[in-house]
Amino acid sequence: MAKKGPDDQEKGLGRREVLECMVWAGTGVLWTISGGVPHSVGLIGEAAAAEPATGFTFLQMSDSHIGFDKKANPDALGTLREAVAKVKAMPMKLSFIIHTGDITHLSKPEEFDNADKVYGETGVKIHYVPGEHDMIDEGQGKAYLERYGNGSKGAGWYSFDDHGVHFIGLVNVVDLKAGGLGNLGAEQLAWLEADLKGKSASTPIVVFAHIPLQILYKEWGWGTEDGTQALTLLKRFGSVTILNGHIHQLAQKVEGNMTFHTALSTAFPQPAPGSAPSPGPMVVPADQLRSMLGLSSVTVLQGNKPLAIVDKTLAG
Amino acid sequence: MHMFMSNLRHAAARLSPGRAVVVAMLIGPVVGALLAFGAVAAQEPNEVVIDNFTFGPQELTVAVGTTVKFINRDDIPHTVVDKNLDKNADKSKAFRSKALDTDDSYSFTFASAGTFDYFCSLHPKMQGKIIVK
Repeated sequence: MAKKGPDDQEKGLGRREVLECMVWAGTGVLWTISGGVPHSVGLIGEAAAAEPATGFTFLQMSDSHIGFDKKANPDALGTLREAVAKVKAMPMKLSFIIHTGDITHLSKPEEFDNADKVYGETGVKIHYVPGEHDMIDEGQGKAYLERYGNGSKGAGWYSFDDHGVHFIGLVNVVDLKAGGLGNLGAEQLAWLEADLKGKSASTPIVVFAHIPLQILYKEWGWGTEDGTQALTLLKRFGSVTILNGHIHQLAQKVEGNMTFHTALSTAFPQPAPGSAPSPGPMVVPADQLRSMLGLSSVTVLQGNKPLAIVDKTLAG
Repeated sequence: MHMFMSNLRHAAARLSPGRAVVVAMLIGPVVGALLAFGAVAAQEPNEVVIDNFTFGPQELTVAVGTTVKFINRDDIPHTVVDKNLDKNADKSKAFRSKALDTDDSYSFTFASAGTFDYFCSLHPKMQGKIIVK
């Protein structure tokens, strides 16, 4: 959770707004981000009403774990279908979807096939980065890269531009070191530095990767060992939004011009940091499951206007 | 168990008021998990069982020539990877399992004496040690 510093105070970020995000996590909150600082301005209904015609919207979906069939959710493909039905019913036009990894549970061909089939129903382009569950085929990532790695470098990292926003997909789930956290590695960091070189500091940046780039909970490996090096390279930019998955719960944090956001899973929830013996799938009563699964939409307004993140659960 | 409880207290102490509310909401499942903790199935002498993202026993001593079986009891896949996999020139001494789904197992015969550190390459905080005498 964001620590309220003097800078935040000046820009009007109150502790109340940050706390409200936690309270509303089960329903869906609109965040507008102005100068890198989010304000909670209302629930989903109001958000739709406030949406201007000039902006563009993309979705973040994450951790679909196709193939998972254990107690925490015996039908992960079914809940993905429900999520995709929500996507198709959205009133705004979507530019694309960003998927922050763990498409599958075990990297099996039929799991990728099933995921592709259901995601394909959205009818929009999907930009993927892999989770560790997508890299555990015999070839240790070969299956993922053959399917989604076209045009990417190394283990699958890449960047692209859309509506004046620079998007960067990073891979922090390969070559993990014993005892450590997520890992970007020297080659990817060098690529990132070169990728950002010459970009104007006023270019809005959206970075997406599976494991949170900042350290959320070291004991469970929820962070990236060399994430700070990536964040240092991003520091000079006026607006940086970092979208992650992996932890299957919402977490928002603001540091200067950087906004960190983790998305809900469409498959199963995981416990809050330190609240259980391990981060394994959390079994909740069946009637509560859908309030803990979901997706996020991000609306970028033209010019130096606010950028809004709305978290939507499958229950609503 | 005691160690875990004290870890949890530390974790709770670090949490902000907002998160404390979330923790309180989750106390129910935690109590359930603690109860389940007591009901661990009987374990064979040369077995390492993966439970709650932990290798158990974390340190296992066996005689040269022993086959050790690693079994995953979690709902999440894990791997068993020799920490010195890349450094070990003699590949017959190095071990690396494929991803083990729930109840999958991997066996490796330790043919020479030594200390073998290993970890889960998906969750590298998970580490263990086989001492071969």
